[in-house]
Amino acid sequence: MKRVPLKQKVLNENDRIAQKLRALFARQRILALNFVSSPGSGKTSLLEQTLMRMPDDLSAVVLTGDIATDKDAERLLRYGTAKQITTGGSCHLDARMVDKGLEELSIENMDFLFIENVGNLVCPAGFDLGEDAKIVLLSVTEGDDKPLKYPNIIVRSDLVILNKMDLLPYVPFDEQAVLTNARRVNPRIEILKTSCTSGEGIDDWFRWLRRRLETFRSRVQELN
Amino acid sequence: MHEFGIANSIIDAVSVEVARIDNGARVVKVAVKIGDLSGVDAEALRFSFNAIVADTDLAPLELEIERLPHRRRCGDCSNEFDVDTTVFDAACPVCGNVYTEFLAGYELDIDYLELEEL
Repeated sequence: MKRVPLKQKVLNENDRIAQKLRALFARQRILALNFVSSPGSGKTSLLEQTLMRMPDDLSAVVLTGDIATDKDAERLLRYGTAKQITTGGSCHLDARMVDKGLEELSIENMDFLFIENVGNLVCPAGFDLGEDAKIVLLSVTEGDDKPLKYPNIIVRSDLVILNKMDLLPYVPFDEQAVLTNARRVNPRIEILKTSCTSGEGIDDWFRWLRRRLETFRSRVQELN
Repeated sequence: MHEFGIANSIIDAVSVEVARIDNGARVVKVAVKIGDLSGVDAEALRFSFNAIVADTDLAPLELEIERLPHRRRCGDCSNEFDVDTTVFDAACPVCGNVYTEFLAGYELDIDYLELEEL
């Protein structure tokens, strides 16, 4: 038998398109963020709040992914610009879907592109979408051991948003344990706490967004 | 469950390479490396791969899967170690530091093809 080395990544086609998108986002100076969570952790609610309370000097568009229906885009369109990507069965977004979604969504002169992934903590982890950062939402109604059970997404993310904080008094959720567990998997991860019902933590979230945008822009300034 | 798509990508890559080599030799095996944090289940991948490859000109084609560990490094004592995914204890086994750095484990790579000698 003859062995032929074929050192290539299985997802090299996805990675190629993701790099093309990353270059596009750098040229357009738009900060792309990839939101990942279990179904029902509040990704769409957080994005609704974010669009609704967006300060006048900032702007954002949303690409939202689901297996079926355009219900999320419908919800988001009440507060801003959004485009639905219906994956037709796929459990995650890939770079090609984002590339295609952007054909019908103008990102010119925008500050943020929020990409809402399909609700799933496993499959989205491996697919680069050209984003500047992945953000994981966990809600207090989920187990505090989630970061240890789904380490592959936590390791690759820059921020954990602990959502539904208003429900904390009613559920057996150890806030400290989830923070410790998340940092055990990824010591550099940042953590914010929010509630889309009470508005808790939304100001911190906007501060995080502004800081991240500044850092991103000063970095791409050097590249452009 | 995205192993079906992964299996498809592997088979596509093999087809491209076979067309590139273009010497009539049969491919008998494709070897892949899968990291413990790749989010890919080896058995689901094998199942998908076998189902897809059966309908192609490449059949029969064996899939060899090598698992690579989730590897971390302790910033305090510089120890490097593998994490047991079933318990996921990322703490340093030498000094007990719980905040250790990720090194490797995302691999999802095609390593090599094995071709019949002509």
